Order: sequence, then C-alpha cells, then structure tokens
Amino acid sequence: MVESTLIRLDNVEFCWHANAKPSIRSGKLCIDRHEHVFIQGTSGSGKSTLLNIIGGIVTPQKGQVNVVGKDFTQLKEIERDRVRADHIGFIFQQFNLIPYLSILENVTLPCRFSGVRAKNATERSGSVNNEAVYLLNRLYSKSKFGFDRKTSELSVGQQQRVAAARALIGQPQLIIADEPTSSLDYDSRQAFMDLLFDEVNTSGSTLLFVSHDPTQQHRFDRVVEMSTINTRGSADL
Amino acid sequence: MNLRLLAWKSLISRRSTAILTVASIAVSVVLLLGVEKIRVNAQSSFANTISGTDLIVGARSGSIQLLLYSVFRIGSATNNISWDSYQTIAQKKGIKWTIPISLGDSHRGFRVMGTSKDYFPFYQYGQKRNLQLTSGKPFDNLFDAVIGSEVAKSLRYSVGDEVIISHGTVSTSFSEHKNKPFIISGILEHTGTPVDRTVHVSLAGIEAMHVNWQGLVKKRTVGKTLSEANLQPESITAFLIGLDSKIMSFKLQRYINEYAGEPLLAIFPGIALHEMWRLMSVAEQALLIISIFVVIASLTGMLAVSLAGLNERRREVAILRSVGASHWHIMGLLITETLLLTVAGILLGAAILYSGIGLSQSIIEANYGLFITIGLPSQKEFAMVSILLLTGFLVGLIPAYRAYLNSLADGMSTRL
Repeated sequence: MVESTLIRLDNVEFCWHANAKPSIRSGKLCIDRHEHVFIQGTSGSGKSTLLNIIGGIVTPQKGQVNVVGKDFTQLKEIERDRVRADHIGFIFQQFNLIPYLSILENVTLPCRFSGVRAKNATERSGSVNNEAVYLLNRLYSKSKFGFDRKTSELSVGQQQRVAAARALIGQPQLIIADEPTSSLDYDSRQAFMDLLFDEVNTSGSTLLFVSHDPTQQHRFDRVVEMSTINTRGSADL
Repeated sequence: MNLRLLAWKSLISRRSTAILTVASIAVSVVLLLGVEKIRVNAQSSFANTISGTDLIVGARSGSIQLLLYSVFRIGSATNNISWDSYQTIAQKKGIKWTIPISLGDSHRGFRVMGTSKDYFPFYQYGQKRNLQLTSGKPFDNLFDAVIGSEVAKSLRYSVGDEVIISHGTVSTSFSEHKNKPFIISGILEHTGTPVDRTVHVSLAGIEAMHVNWQGLVKKRTVGKTLSEANLQPESITAFLIGLDSKIMSFKLQRYINEYAGEPLLAIFPGIALHEMWRLMSVAEQALLIISIFVVIASLTGMLAVSLAGLNERRREVAILRSVGASHWHIMGLLITETLLLTVAGILLGAAILYSGIGLSQSIIEANYGLFITIGLPSQKEFAMVSILLLTGFLVGLIPAYRAYLNSLADGMSTRL
C-alpha cells in the first residue's frame, strides 16, 4: 500500500541556534506523490531551512515531519541520511558539483551512497555508468564532449544540467530544486526547465521547486507561497 | 561507499600541497627509521668487536679505559704489566690461551700492536669468527708484519712491502725506526672491527725495534747488535684470556684483581662493552628525540594544510551531504585523506631510506667502519611506523571534527 502523501509537515518549529528566534514555524504542508509544486519565497523566508528539514539534515525542535513515509522526528540522524540518499535528489542554485570529480563521477555520486539508487540505475540501463551517460545524453542532446572531463571546464548552464542528471539518477522519489535556474540566462533557463520536466515526468518523481522567480510558475501543478508555510514572518533572518 | 576513491581524487586535485605534505612526512620517517637503523647496526657492530675472549687484563685503571685501548686502540695505557706477572697468570690452570698485546707505536696513523702467534688462531670477533688472511701468512720472522684490511686498502700495501714504524702514536712522528723496516707477510680479511686498522707484529719484533732506544729517546752511543740483545719483552700492555670453562672466569677475575705482584685489572669484555654503550646511548637518545620532534613538525604541517583547506571545502561537504553522505562519511573522508598522506609519507620515506642505505652502504662502511644492513624492518621499526600511522589518524580527527561542526552549521546550503 503506497500512501499518496510524500511530504507532510505539521506545526514544525526549528531554530538553528538554541537561543535564537525560530527560522521556521510552519502550519501544515502536504505534498502528494508525482505532484510538481512550486514554492515561492524571497531570500530569508526560511526556504533553506525548510529544505534542510525535508532533506533530513536537521530535525525540528517541535512538530511532525514525514517524508517518503518516514517519520523524521523518530529517526536517528544516520537513518535520515539513508532516506535522503535513497529517495531525494537535490539541485542547488550553483556550485553543485564536486570540483575534483569528472562529469560522470559527479553524476554517479548518489549511487555511491545509495544501493537503492545504484540498483534502480542498473535495472534501467545495465550499469550505473550507462544510466549516467544516458541521462547526460538526454540533457546534452547536442553535446560532443566526453563525460570524463573536469567539471571546472563547464559553463554554469552545463553545470546545472550535470547537477540535474545527478539528482535524477537512480529515480529518487523526490527531486528538490533550490533556485536551479537563477544563475542561468533566459534561453538556458527555458531549456533547462524543459529538460527537467521531461525527466521528472519520465521517472514519475515528485518535484519540489523553490524559487523567487514567478515566471516559471505556470509549469507547475500547484504554487505555494513560502509565507503560508512559514508563519514566523519573513522580516527577520 | 568507497571513501578512499573520493579521498584520493580530492588529494590529487590538491596535489602540490599533498606532495609537500607527503615529502615532509617522508623526511621525518627517513630520520626516525634512519636513526634507529644506525643505532641498531652501530650497537651490533660494537658488540661484535670482540668475542670468545673471557677476560681482558691490564694495569689497574678503569674498565672502559682498558677496553678502549686493548680492543678499540683508542687512548693509551697508564701502565704496563710485567712479563713475569703475565707469565705467572698465563700458567694458571684452566686457561686455554692468552694473547699478549703490546701497544705504543704506529705506522702512518695506524696503531702497531705487538702480539704472539696465538693471536691468529684464538682472537675472535662477531659471532665467534676467527681471523682469516686474504693473502700471505702470519708473521714468522722477527721483522714480519701482518696488516688489517683497511691498512692495506688505504695505504695500498701488499705482501712483501716494507713498513717503517714510528715511535709513539702520532702519524707525523719524527722519530722513526728507519733502520729496522718491517716486511708485510700477510693481510687479514675485512672484519669491520679495529683489527682492520691495526699493524700486527711479534712481541720480539717490537723489542728488536726498540733495541738501543731508551724510553722515547734514541741512544746516541752505538749500542748492542740485535743478536746480543735479549728480545724477551720486560712488559706488555694488556692480554686477553680464553678459558677452558666459563665457570672459572669469576674466580680468575678475583685472583687477577687481587694479584699481589702488581695492581692489575681483569674485565669481562661483554660487560665493559655494555657499560660503554650506555655512555654512548645519550647521543642516540638525543638523535631519537630530534627525530620525534621532526615527526611532530611534519604532522603539524599536515594538520595546518588540512585545516586551512577546510573553509574552501564547505561547499564540497554540503554537496556530499545532499547526495546522502552522513557525518560519518564526511569525517571518514577527511581522516582517510590524512591517513593516505601519512601512509604515502611512510612508504616514500622507507623507499628513500632503503635505497639510500643500498647506495651508500659501501661508502659508510669505508669511511666509518659501520656496515648498515638493509634487512626487513625490525619489530621496533614496525612499532615506530605504527605509532606514526596512529598519530596520523588522530591528527586527522581534528579537521574531521571541524568539518563536522561546519556541516552542522551549514546544512546543505553554505552561505557563499
């Protein structure tokens, strides 16, 4: 039996430092499987904190967090790391890649930490590397260069595609994209979003897209204002 | 998760600092193991200087002094033993052999030692090894001399060459026994002991050389001819004793030390060697301490490099966390990096040391008389390397913990 809700937050309260004001104080947030959700918020609205909570990097001091059917407040840190490795793919705004690894090694990185994703990738393409090449080829339809190159030679747009391939490899249930297009120009942005949606639709992953840029909202099933999640108010950092 | 691969790639990407760190650890390993190697080899070569001898007898002085002049040919005796006392003791029951030693002259910087023919069959060094001649034969005639291998090598002597012996032990002596040259009758095999640096002649030869001398001065008046002279020495410098059975040694030592005729001293060479080594071990300790400090310096360098790089790597840590790395992975990565550096440093250091020994073995032996064996690392060397490795691991914990704290504060998003 598969639950239809993938992420559920209930009255979560979290502060980074013991005596600081909470960075986030949420009401209720539910995201269903296969849903594509756009969370809109300006910087300082608690976006990063929210993603750290959903990613299981931190646990809130109060409230309930349920991700892929796991109650994060009940899990040990190492178990939350496991859930993140197996079920969540992240794409950040920039500097997504490990500089000392090649393009291919960056893409296959999640499979080094997750047997589940390594297995999924192997099932689909025969091997983790094949799957990485497949994803990269889809994202770089016109590219002619080898994937064993250093990532430092890539443009920002190319780097974001590599990051997307890494997030997608092994078909995690949840893709979290944190301002992935904000360092791209308009054309690259459109191309990147097209590719991302193609892949997410193919793999059937849930997409949680966080951005301050409303121009992409129309592509999503649902738009959530950060201010409705975080009732703490966005005035103070 | 293969952390080693990640750690390796990360080090390769910072290869210039990594190579310098490895080099500094390698230097400290060379020093640490090199000092240990020299110590062990020096000690064994030292302990191998003399063997098979049960007692060394000389005029009463200190045991180390007696050992120094009788075995190492360093310094000189304060007094001699009369021939009569030597004969009396040598006749005692239970004594298998004695080797008389008469010192005081030299040849171009090498000590001349008067002794008896018993020296060749009975003197032993190393693991009870006897002296062997590489060419010629032991001295037979009055003016025959048998030289050590190093004397032969450095003065390019061969059997049949003439040797003029100087009075006293300075190489540029002005009083030479020119009228009585010695002929080299034999050359001894290399032993790695002071024997190599000695010119051996018979006791009678020493006496003959000194006929018509009085003390340090040549007599002006025309004296006796050799045939008239009595070539039996009046005294000798020291003598070595070999016993039938070791049980006797304490009794005989007491007898000699209480000998009524003149004040004498009998020592066990093994104990005296040990005492002397203890004196020298201060220098050895100092060297060891210096090398330990060099090790600390190199590990501190590694720590500094690792900590300095940590801030630049916050983003990297955040990425690894986002793809599922736990805190343990992050710490493991940093510890693996320092361990890789330490292991590489140890291997490089050992390689440098062993090839260095291999290349310089013969040079060291020729110049310092010390033969350094390559051999497998000893238990102590293994222990030293293990401690170094463990320390490398502990040092790695520091940046690992710092990275953990950083990552706690950063989460997945470093503020750039």
